[in-house]
Amino acid sequence: MLEFDDIQHILLTRAPALTGRYEFLSFKDAAGGRAWLDAVLYKVLSAKAMRESVEGDKRWVTVAFTWNGLRALGVDEAALATFPDEFRQGMVARAKMLGDTGANDPAHWVDKTASPDLHAIAILFAREATERGRCAVEHAKLIAECPGVEVLSTLDVEATPPFEYAHDHFGYRDRLSQPVIEGSGDEPTPGSGAPLKAGEFILGYADETGAVPQLQPDVLSRNGSFMAYRRLEEHVGRFREFLRANGKTHEEQELLAAKLMGRWRSGAPLVLAPEKDNPELGADLKRNNNFNYKNEDPQGYAVPLGSHMRRMNPRDTAANMNRHRMIRRGATYGTYLPEGTPDDGKERGLAAFVICASLVRQFEFAQNVWVNDRNFHELGNERDPFGGTHDGTLEFKIPKRPIRRKITGLPAFTTLRGGAYFFLPGLKALRWLAGLS
Amino acid sequence: MPKPSPQSDWTKPAAMAIPKGGLFENPEQGRYGPIFPKTPANYGFSIIAKIIPGREEAFYEYGRKIEKTVAEQPDCLATLKLHYLRWNLFPIKGDTYFQYSAIFDTDFDKYSEDAIAIFTATGINTVFENLEGFPKDWKTNAPAVIKFVREHHCPSFLEYGEYPYVSADEIKKALRVKAALGQMLDQMQ
Repeated sequence: MLEFDDIQHILLTRAPALTGRYEFLSFKDAAGGRAWLDAVLYKVLSAKAMRESVEGDKRWVTVAFTWNGLRALGVDEAALATFPDEFRQGMVARAKMLGDTGANDPAHWVDKTASPDLHAIAILFAREATERGRCAVEHAKLIAECPGVEVLSTLDVEATPPFEYAHDHFGYRDRLSQPVIEGSGDEPTPGSGAPLKAGEFILGYADETGAVPQLQPDVLSRNGSFMAYRRLEEHVGRFREFLRANGKTHEEQELLAAKLMGRWRSGAPLVLAPEKDNPELGADLKRNNNFNYKNEDPQGYAVPLGSHMRRMNPRDTAANMNRHRMIRRGATYGTYLPEGTPDDGKERGLAAFVICASLVRQFEFAQNVWVNDRNFHELGNERDPFGGTHDGTLEFKIPKRPIRRKITGLPAFTTLRGGAYFFLPGLKALRWLAGLS
Repeated sequence: MPKPSPQSDWTKPAAMAIPKGGLFENPEQGRYGPIFPKTPANYGFSIIAKIIPGREEAFYEYGRKIEKTVAEQPDCLATLKLHYLRWNLFPIKGDTYFQYSAIFDTDFDKYSEDAIAIFTATGINTVFENLEGFPKDWKTNAPAVIKFVREHHCPSFLEYGEYPYVSADEIKKALRVKAALGQMLDQMQ
């Protein structure tokens, strides 16, 4: 039985928010950090509380800590040593392996998340911008009262128009393939696979192998999870220019956009709509995730082997899939760039969280083996066209009869601007942390 | 010593000398540490470890078991992208040592958890339980297994490929094309 009243809501629920704000914090003083946590933790809802009050609520708060942050709050060395290596080292130390090199190198990150002084994140999601503004002012007041607590950076996030459905700045419908946790009460959409054991995402429960991932002391780890943060700038002007340069007609450009993703921008998957977009299918949660690759598209004639969707979730063409799933949360940030408008050079993109019980086996695996492996599926010289690191020397192959199409010199559609590993404690653990001395 | 750039010309046999320790300068980093280089004989490892005395028979029994498993489910090891596996037992000063050598097309680091899952499912790991120092909680402790493998891996100092860098998938594709071409010619008779 999941302890819904102890699990932070972000793990199991998605707030109905159109705006939000992330604040990255540093604790120069342990008592100050604990005072901040003590004041803020009453605003952090459990999954149970969130579900009960969601209709009336206007904002939702999540807090999480880096390994340095746990130390800064006063967690003792013996407990700190029980955390897995990758979390102790942090995302910056793992950059080379993650493929965060070149323009994506942490040396270029803009939000000070690469600093060892990064200790915590406060995530706010709000129904609308007025409420976000009110919360930001309130939080600033609280921080001013807590000695040694500093804001390293902040990021306002907001949905991009049209608001009827979630999508990124490139226009692709998002949030179509999410794993469901056994016992959460949620039902997987057709094609999303059976619910997964809670231990794949939440510490203190059995995972798919039957093992119970745990840290010491138990109060710190129970109902907690790990979270990888990625601030990914989307170069919208460059992307649109690429489509224009490589597709003669609007239809050709849309098909190319679909080939890069594996879905039309409407969300309709190419396996089920290989020739023409089908927006009705794209919007239909009962149908838009209900497909596989092994028998339905082994060569990639519909969904290219190197497309984003096929790399991020190879479905029945990878082994051990249940051990590599991730919960995704987050939002877009930056202003909307209307179609036909020249790029204004302003930063816009996705600021996302990947939540899992094991960063090395889930997030890092996906990044290292699926996203940034140039030879994934024997492709030779490709990386994920959206999530991978690009320097203009890689290619993208589109299987096609009689002869495949190969696009060389694929530009970087995205640039990583920030990132970090966080531990997302349960509510009891938050109280325990606030009460350390 | 920097790593020589890989030759992709399969018509030209190639050899590669590897520095002591098995790694070139600035090796690529995997999730569990530096990655041993790809050579003309592709990726590979040789794990050498002492067996728990008196356990020889378990290894022979295991050999028969793997033969049966692969016969019943030929794709059971597909994820590992293997060319060949070799298992040996040999004596050193009265003790029996075990060697497990593999040649495959992807660095072991990438698929180490998947490999352990496959080993669990097919029983390959059971033989490791008869090795000294193998973690008792291997079924649930992937990092400990990976550590054992890394600690017992004896890297090559020289590798040779008659058709260098060619993957098993490419070989299978070539044989499939050959078979299809033969079939096509049959149809033209």
